[in-house]
Amino acid sequence: MKRFNNFLLLTSLLFTSLLFTSCGSSNNSTASDSPAKYIENKGSDTIVNLALAWAEKYQSDHPDVRISVTGGGSGTGIAALVNGTVDIANASRKIKDEETVQAKTNGIIPVEHIIARDAIAVIVNPNNPVSELTLQQISDIYSGKYVNWQEVGGENRPIVRLSRETNSGTHVYFLETVLRLGDKKDKTLFSMDTLLLPSSEGIISEVRDNPNAIGYDGLGYVPKDLKMVAIAKEAGGAYILPSIKTVNDKSYAIARDLYMYTNGEPAGLIKEYLDWILSDEAQLIVAQLGFVPVIK
Amino acid sequence: MEKSLSWREFIITRLIQTSGYSAILFVALIFFFLLREGLPTLAEVDVSSLLSIRWYPIENYFGILPLITGSLVVTLGAALIAVPFGIGTAVYISEIAPRWMREILKPLVELLGGLPSVVLGFLGILVLAPFLRVFLNLPTGLTALTGSLLLGGIAVPTVVSVAEDALDSVPRAYREGAWALGATKWQTIWRVTLPAAKSGVLTAIMLGIGRAIGETMTVMMVTGNAPVLAVKLGSIFSPVRTMTATIAAEMGEVANGSTHYHVLFFIGMVLFIISLIVNIIASSVVFRSKKRAERILS
Repeated sequence: MKRFNNFLLLTSLLFTSLLFTSCGSSNNSTASDSPAKYIENKGSDTIVNLALAWAEKYQSDHPDVRISVTGGGSGTGIAALVNGTVDIANASRKIKDEETVQAKTNGIIPVEHIIARDAIAVIVNPNNPVSELTLQQISDIYSGKYVNWQEVGGENRPIVRLSRETNSGTHVYFLETVLRLGDKKDKTLFSMDTLLLPSSEGIISEVRDNPNAIGYDGLGYVPKDLKMVAIAKEAGGAYILPSIKTVNDKSYAIARDLYMYTNGEPAGLIKEYLDWILSDEAQLIVAQLGFVPVIK
Repeated sequence: MEKSLSWREFIITRLIQTSGYSAILFVALIFFFLLREGLPTLAEVDVSSLLSIRWYPIENYFGILPLITGSLVVTLGAALIAVPFGIGTAVYISEIAPRWMREILKPLVELLGGLPSVVLGFLGILVLAPFLRVFLNLPTGLTALTGSLLLGGIAVPTVVSVAEDALDSVPRAYREGAWALGATKWQTIWRVTLPAAKSGVLTAIMLGIGRAIGETMTVMMVTGNAPVLAVKLGSIFSPVRTMTATIAAEMGEVANGSTHYHVLFFIGMVLFIISLIVNIIASSVVFRSKKRAERILS
């Protein structure tokens, strides 16, 4: 019995030591095999599908390159770049001044690249008769001034406002561009009873189901069975539906640029990748995913 | 052989002792960590603005009252569902059901307890919320009630399995004594078995409530997360934002060491203190009833 116990102890010791040595050696090998062929890419959830599609295509064309793409939000991506843990940060907003300052204290210089454009579509249930709104009306709906669809020419139904969570880049962009109409001094906030949903999926499923709901989401994520609202920049202006054409000619009101940030001017592999992203081939993928290609 | 036995005994006793003390150590460490990360809040944010009713952290509105009331409303609703259902089920399984029924019901309840909460949240979004919106004619189905119903469902298995164990451990002689005195089955359950198992049943309720107030994923998916002060009677039918959902939704992107970060830990502290209070009340009730029982026996 005792000998058996000793045997057990011995084997378990052996196994643990084996485990440790194997861990150590595998770490070493990945680090030394291909240090320059690995790109870490992280950030905006708006961009994550696009970044994944690019990474997949690029990797199949260049089998020696590994690109790892993760989401988490623009803030997460930029924070990771600031901390030096990623090569490329995806962001659906411009980097903030304090983030640049923080990066510089860490010895990192963020450089901005516009890699695609995005439009935010305002969506309602297909049974909602309202199909045209001005920016001011949308602002008043979300700030809580309008509480019934009748006030903007719809049926007698309460308005249920849906928004992304406050940590989403889309949320901040919508707040600045629509609620505050681009006025930096405006302190308008979302109405307190605005539902803050943690994902695009949550907004889409609620709008699909609920005729009272109004929501917003990236043009690339709006399914065909939901109704997009045509938007006029000001009362009396033309009502324009979001599309690749209207975003490119800047006639659609709620559109923005999407960014990738690198540490310093990109060089080597990262430069090749970013150059490829701006090529026609990669920008075709942008269009396929419902975003708007950059036209040089 | 004799010697090695005592040696082994020594090691095993020490190991068990260490794991026992480690629970205290971990709780103390967690609480210390919460205090360290949460207390700076009081220096950075006025108490009056902490107690305001607007939660919009990206513009420095840190009113946590809507979050506290939101958690309380959802948990209270869940308790109102889970306690009667859970204890009823436990009584049925332990006192009334025939043996074969018990053999089926118990594993099923335990299976329900193992259901991941994200799956329930999914069901909530796709089935329960649309149903409640149409059935109760609400503006939206993502309300505190939806959260309460699902949390009730999550807490029921906990309540059932603990309460059933407690009822099961009541000596059979108690019931036989009651029957011999001519008590009906219901009288026996209500006046003899349940009071005898009181401390276990209370523990079951507290564990159930603890499970409900700490649950995150489900409530984040179905309660709408609108930080509205939930103090009116109709609040149960409107969207709320709970403390747990706030921490889960916002912690991922908050800058380390910022005011927002500290406030989120402060909310964690509040949550910790609330569950501590619940536990203290529960154990004091159990303690008092035990003392009286001992008096009668002596």
